[in-house]
Amino acid sequence: MTPKQKATLQKLGPFIALVLVSVGLAVLSPDFLTVANLLNVMRQVSINALIAFGMTLVILLGGIDLSVGSILALSSVGIATLIQSGVNPMLATLLGVIGGGVMGLLNGLVVSKGKVAPFIATLASMTILRGLALVVSGGSPITGFNSDLFSMLGGGYVAGLVPIPVVWMLIMFGLFAFLLKKTVFGRHVYATGGNEEAARLSGVKVDQIKLWVYTISGAMSAMAGVVLTSRLNSAQPTAGSGYELDAIAAVVLGGTSLTGGRGWIFGTLMGALLIGVLNNGLNLLGVSSFYQQVIKGVVILLAVLIDRSGKK
Amino acid sequence: MNVVMQGISKAFGPVRVLEEVDFAIAGGEIHALMGENGAGKSTLMKILSGVYRSDAGSIVIDGQTVDIRSTRQAEACGIAIIHQELNLIPQLSVMENLFLGREPSRFGVIDSARMQREAQAQLTALGASGIDPEAEAGSLSIGQQQMVEIAKALAMDARVLIMDEPTAALTEREIDTLFGLMQALKARGVAIVYVSHRMEEIFRICDKISVLRDGRFVGERVIAHTDFDEVVHMMVGREIGDRFPRRTVQPGAVRLQVDGLADAHHVRDISFAVRAGEVLGVAGLMGAGRSEILKTLFGLNRRTAGTVLLDGEAVSLHSPGAAIAAGLAFVTEDRKSQGLVLGMSLRENATLVHLPQYARLGVVSDAAEQQAVAGLIEQLRIRTRDAELEVKSLSGGNQQKVVFAKWLAQPPKVLLLDEPTRGVDVGGKAEIYHIINQLAAAGVAIVMVSSELPEVMAMSNRILVIHEGRQTGLFEAAKATQEGIMAAATGTAHAA
Repeated sequence: MTPKQKATLQKLGPFIALVLVSVGLAVLSPDFLTVANLLNVMRQVSINALIAFGMTLVILLGGIDLSVGSILALSSVGIATLIQSGVNPMLATLLGVIGGGVMGLLNGLVVSKGKVAPFIATLASMTILRGLALVVSGGSPITGFNSDLFSMLGGGYVAGLVPIPVVWMLIMFGLFAFLLKKTVFGRHVYATGGNEEAARLSGVKVDQIKLWVYTISGAMSAMAGVVLTSRLNSAQPTAGSGYELDAIAAVVLGGTSLTGGRGWIFGTLMGALLIGVLNNGLNLLGVSSFYQQVIKGVVILLAVLIDRSGKK
Repeated sequence: MNVVMQGISKAFGPVRVLEEVDFAIAGGEIHALMGENGAGKSTLMKILSGVYRSDAGSIVIDGQTVDIRSTRQAEACGIAIIHQELNLIPQLSVMENLFLGREPSRFGVIDSARMQREAQAQLTALGASGIDPEAEAGSLSIGQQQMVEIAKALAMDARVLIMDEPTAALTEREIDTLFGLMQALKARGVAIVYVSHRMEEIFRICDKISVLRDGRFVGERVIAHTDFDEVVHMMVGREIGDRFPRRTVQPGAVRLQVDGLADAHHVRDISFAVRAGEVLGVAGLMGAGRSEILKTLFGLNRRTAGTVLLDGEAVSLHSPGAAIAAGLAFVTEDRKSQGLVLGMSLRENATLVHLPQYARLGVVSDAAEQQAVAGLIEQLRIRTRDAELEVKSLSGGNQQKVVFAKWLAQPPKVLLLDEPTRGVDVGGKAEIYHIINQLAAAGVAIVMVSSELPEVMAMSNRILVIHEGRQTGLFEAAKATQEGIMAAATGTAHAA
């Protein structure tokens, strides 16, 4: 095998893992391999995938964003409050996504200008934003929006078959793949994550790249919040806790390096689908949710270990 | 102690790195190991020090065949290696580093007093009593850190000491100290393998020289019976022509004019002018502030005083982006940490600076980018099978050409070079000098910082000498002498 073929195989690892797990589940459970179930899995995955796409950029920079779940909650509560106070639901949604971007921008400012380690900066904002979500909502869910259009965003179907969140996920996947592969911005993200000093010395505006990336991560979390709120017809201040870990798991399963500079969005999509398929399959097989956690953890560990040994 | 390596072969996958190489060294001898980058020197030394195992061949120490499977075993055989990148843990103290892994202890509790005493004794034995055993290793100068590494090796009773490019980061004075120490060790019967690209130093300190080329052993010579030309010929297997190619271009109008430049640290009152087609060499000791001058010009360090004129117009150059837009280019000192993104391909590195040039509305055109990279590979004669290969798989000389390529996608007005040939072998150096000359001929004004005096003297039109952040001399290269430059660099004389 030439090094190039080996690298390609390595890259396809997450895809192969997804296929293997899917085949296994299809054999074990007759309900798994049906159009309805697969579309259901994709819909469940979409929220994690949206967050994980943003997280991929952050991790490509060598950073981490722990605040995504809190951003999701605060923007979701914010949108709900706006709608209930009479603001046009679509305008409220737009403002919510922009708001998520602003929260991400603040993360970016603390990381780039304040030179605070991303882990610490976003750990702090995770707590702050969660607190604000509770403050804004008074601690209880905000329910009922009376807007068909808004409930379509997360609950609707295209052609009566494909859930709209899946469409969002695929559009965003295409957009992010293009952004990373084809644009100057994407190249600068890889360069900054690969060697920040060399990038800066080459005239790359490293701080600006960081600001953009955290802003995008925030906006993507808010978008996930829109999908969730619309689907549940309810905004919960406690929503999204633990989502950062699912997103990070999807990114890592997809083969993106936590040290930055190396990775791709297709891997993240595969990682998110792998987690979703596991969840779904284990449910279908009637495995208890306690064991599900154990199995998910083991799969993540195995995947990364295999990835490791392949790189040696 | 005599060490004989016989018929050593080693392959990494399909790539044969060493083929039946012989190498022998005896106690009380300083033996240079030379060869171009990729010739197999490092691999051979890693086999001797237990990092790699050879596929074939034997190692015989004092008549006994040994099987070295790990660095620990190599140490037990009395073989120690001092890597170019020093291996001290910067946050630990000198003595903690010296005794790392074999701390004197009682019931698991470290006996600090004893450690301190023994560390002091070992350092004093090396003539380095000035190093405080309790100082943080990271706070020492590179030269001092190297002393600590040598002390560490000797404390483990090393009889064969392998030194990989030990002088690359040292000042002239530190090199003198190091060479004094090497002579003392030699007198004690230690065998020293000296891996370096610096010809002058090898002829100054070594007794014998062995040359590798393309993974094969070319020959061994006694230093006293060989000369520079023969060694170079053995290394490259062909005539490389002039070591420093001549430049015929006459300098034109002033492109870069710097007056009273200062930074927030210790660069003070630096003034010079560089003409189109001229190379201004910048000499000085390590830490004199030479690199800082370049960094300040390039907008990396804040300029606190002074003016910079580019083609007669004042420019602010407050950031690298502004400097690049104004027409400056900066080939940085350390290509691994500052010059290249090692995980990226040759193509991606080569276009990093001027990427927007191949893009429309932020979207990169693959065709335009690939075409430009192909042109740069051709122009700079970068040797690679494929522009998509990771840049870290290239040899040092080719990596350095990629760093040049980054800046040449759009011809700069002023090119700042910081140690442009560090870690590059003889053949690669000559090619880089050619590139420098071509750029000068195209009217670029070049400022070149270098620690290698022969290089500065041969490649420059004029030489600016820096001592402790201030300029202490400006010489016409044709009239300059090494002694004159060193006197200015050490602050012992003020030349015109």
